[in-house]
Amino acid sequence: MVYRKDIIPFLLLLPTLAYLVLFLGYPLVQTFILAFTSDKGAFGNFQQLISTGEFWKTLKNTLLITGVVVPLQLVLALLLALFVNMRFRGYTIVLYIISIPLALSDVSAALMSYSIFAPMGYLNKLLLKLDIIQYPIYFFGFMFKTREFWVIVLTEVWRATPLVFVIILAGLQAVNKEYLEAADIFGFSAWQKFRKIILPILKPSILSALLIRTIFAFQIFGVVWLLAGRDIPILAGEAFYWQTEVNNAHMASAYALIIALVSLIISWAYLTFLKPAQGSTA
Amino acid sequence: MLKKFLIGFVAVIVSLWFLTPVVLIVIASLTPSSDFYDPQKLFPTKLTLDHLYKLFVVLDGWKATLNSLEVAGISIGLSFLVGLPAGFALTRYVFPGKNAFRLSILLTRSFPVMIIAVPLLVLYIRIGISDTLLGVALAHTSMILPFVVLITSSILSGISVEYEEAGMIFGLSRFGAFAKITLPLALPGLAASAIFAFIMSWNEVFIASVLTLINRTLPAHILNTAMTSPDYFKFAAGTVMALPAMVFIFFTRKYLMSMWGISLK
Amino acid sequence: MAQVRLENVKKYFGHVKALDGIDLVVEDQKFVVLLGPSGCGKTTLLRCISGLEKVTDGRIYFDGEDVTGLPPRNRNISMVFQSYAVWPHMKVYENIAYPMKIKKYEKSEIEKRVEWAARLLNIHELLDRYPAQLSGGQRQRVAVARAIVLEPAVLLMDEPLSNLDALLRVMMRSELKKLQERLGTTTIYVTHDQVEAMTMGDMIAVMNAGKIQQYGTPEEIYHKPANLFVAGFIGSPRMNFLEMEVQSKDGAVIFNSETLEIDCPKHLLDKIRDFSQNRVVLGIRPEHIHLSRVESAYPLKGEVYFTERLGSDTIVHFKVNEVRIVAKIPSDVILREGERVEFFLDLSKLHVFDPETGRNLG
Repeated sequence: MVYRKDIIPFLLLLPTLAYLVLFLGYPLVQTFILAFTSDKGAFGNFQQLISTGEFWKTLKNTLLITGVVVPLQLVLALLLALFVNMRFRGYTIVLYIISIPLALSDVSAALMSYSIFAPMGYLNKLLLKLDIIQYPIYFFGFMFKTREFWVIVLTEVWRATPLVFVIILAGLQAVNKEYLEAADIFGFSAWQKFRKIILPILKPSILSALLIRTIFAFQIFGVVWLLAGRDIPILAGEAFYWQTEVNNAHMASAYALIIALVSLIISWAYLTFLKPAQGSTA
Repeated sequence: MLKKFLIGFVAVIVSLWFLTPVVLIVIASLTPSSDFYDPQKLFPTKLTLDHLYKLFVVLDGWKATLNSLEVAGISIGLSFLVGLPAGFALTRYVFPGKNAFRLSILLTRSFPVMIIAVPLLVLYIRIGISDTLLGVALAHTSMILPFVVLITSSILSGISVEYEEAGMIFGLSRFGAFAKITLPLALPGLAASAIFAFIMSWNEVFIASVLTLINRTLPAHILNTAMTSPDYFKFAAGTVMALPAMVFIFFTRKYLMSMWGISLK
Repeated sequence: MAQVRLENVKKYFGHVKALDGIDLVVEDQKFVVLLGPSGCGKTTLLRCISGLEKVTDGRIYFDGEDVTGLPPRNRNISMVFQSYAVWPHMKVYENIAYPMKIKKYEKSEIEKRVEWAARLLNIHELLDRYPAQLSGGQRQRVAVARAIVLEPAVLLMDEPLSNLDALLRVMMRSELKKLQERLGTTTIYVTHDQVEAMTMGDMIAVMNAGKIQQYGTPEEIYHKPANLFVAGFIGSPRMNFLEMEVQSKDGAVIFNSETLEIDCPKHLLDKIRDFSQNRVVLGIRPEHIHLSRVESAYPLKGEVYFTERLGSDTIVHFKVNEVRIVAKIPSDVILREGERVEFFLDLSKLHVFDPETGRNLG
């Protein structure tokens, strides 16, 4: 018959599917295979990984950075979005300035941080000049891990808050003005409007911003690697270290797999624990 | 009046917060070493292009920049070639499995793409394209492709299907109607998404660093030499990395919201 | 110019039967309106005729030639879209010329024809503008000019007036109709607006649930609705429907319900006798209910429940016991709500329907 099912859409999808299977699916499978092959059996890499003690430190650092950075970004982004959404004169300029870091790589963000916090960076020079300090404060080096940590946090907050901001602002712009006008008529206070109307409507945006930021924060690499090296070991950094410096693709894959696994758990957790709650308020 | 003042004040603070680091690194990259190491000189007394020159010429930065451009070029070309038809299918056809396909594309966006780097290197060594720009570009394409599929689908769905159908009624084939009617209308949006794709590739450092040793892209080159280089090199590198991205985002600012909205949903 | 013939055309979207066996003949040079509520399948049918949609089953013939498998570009048709689909990246001139450019017409021929179409549609001044610079009505004229410039065998229109404001719509209605008469192009026109259908169509196909309910002239559709759906869909306010029982009384046939009793008019007697069931639905249009005695009038007493003054007429809702009957009366009669009034049904205009199948028994 002339009227066979239309196969054109499938032909159009085929290249994408094929490419993703070849360059995403296949490497993913290979990651498993590499991670689970070693001289000491299938779990040899993971045994070594856990036994060194380095791993737990790595996992802890990664979780710590994520746990500090993401909530900070969320609060800042929410405030920024509410501010920009007031649509004062010239708000588009502020919007553009806030979005500049969106286009910046973690590498350049880290180097910007470095220009400020280096021994002869702007901060130290400013403090020296004002005679507040006599000697430069060192922010980098393995003796100053806590300072390194906070510089990294600051850099990440600076760099990636705009990402959360853009998502939340988009959600905010979708809030029907009449909802708020209705609230005005019924005498809601500003806080009640935020708490009872804006926040519930924003929940999906906040959720997807949180999800994406948590996953990305977990893959943090460039900023830490440049500013702290292996002083503060993190998962992606260890994968990189094992691959490029030890030349052990198996251990590197084991670390990579753990990143993927935790990302998966995070996504799953967000989707299961937060989605139903949203559905019930809708 | 007070409210107006407050708003202006906050706007200035916010702008300064986001602009200052960018301005500072640009200044730092132009600061002569003597001024930089003089604690009494917060800002330089004169500007120099020495560091940028050294970065580009002496430290192979020029080659790395060209490499980055090449990788980005191949990745963009390839991902649009492969992804545009899929984006088209997603907007213009109804077919079984459509939602499943869209969902799995979305899922790859939350997939840590960096983990493909190690196995790809193993594969590349076997087929003889390790340490090549093509290899990096192929990997970047798998990172960019899902974004391209979703963004083209969204751009195309913003163009009424009736324009295309009118083309078909008045004598064009299905493909002809797409090429002659829809594509020209979609061009500004597609150009903006190509710029975003460019930034994705230009900024990517992990995969590029794992996959190459000699033929490094700019961020990979910086990452692997910065720690052992003098400070001014770092500032010059940071500036060079940042500038094109900022210029490009300026041209695509109209699409900012929708692009990031799409790429992150 | 062509005759269009559809044979048992079916279109399924998955399990949804958008078109469920359509047979239709559109005679050459006629203006046929596909009329129905949204979701009835009228636009799907138009798209099947255009070739934009492939039919699931059935055949489509233009002048006896089977075009079922042909893509739109090989059917010698043209179309005016609901959104006009005037290409925004081309000037008005290019929009109208483009169909001919695709078909590789001579440049002088193109110019001549664009000129002709633009004059016909009165958009000659606009040829150098981009669509974004035009009003909705002007864009619509461009869409029509583009559609007629090649003098297609069949012209398809998908609710072309629905995006215009009320005044412009009335104007374009007559203009489009005149244009079609002048060009003699076989035209199939989709709308959900019954006034458009009645005023423009040579023939109307009333559609519902993927089927053609009735195909006839506007007069036939109005005066002899084939079934309950058509009777209820055409006319405003809607036809009054009364469920009644058929009874014999003193040798005569009467319709009876708990609250009403109406004699069966002569023109329906035979039909009622042939009808095997004893329940029917009576239908009478509001405009066939009067306040003064007319020939073949049947008197009823009721209470004025509610009135809507439209200016030209007044719509009166009567309550006869518990039954609500709507009448359309001249506006110079003032009725107060709660007033008891005698009014008259024009029984010569009475319709009787089979409550099961909806078929008009008359």
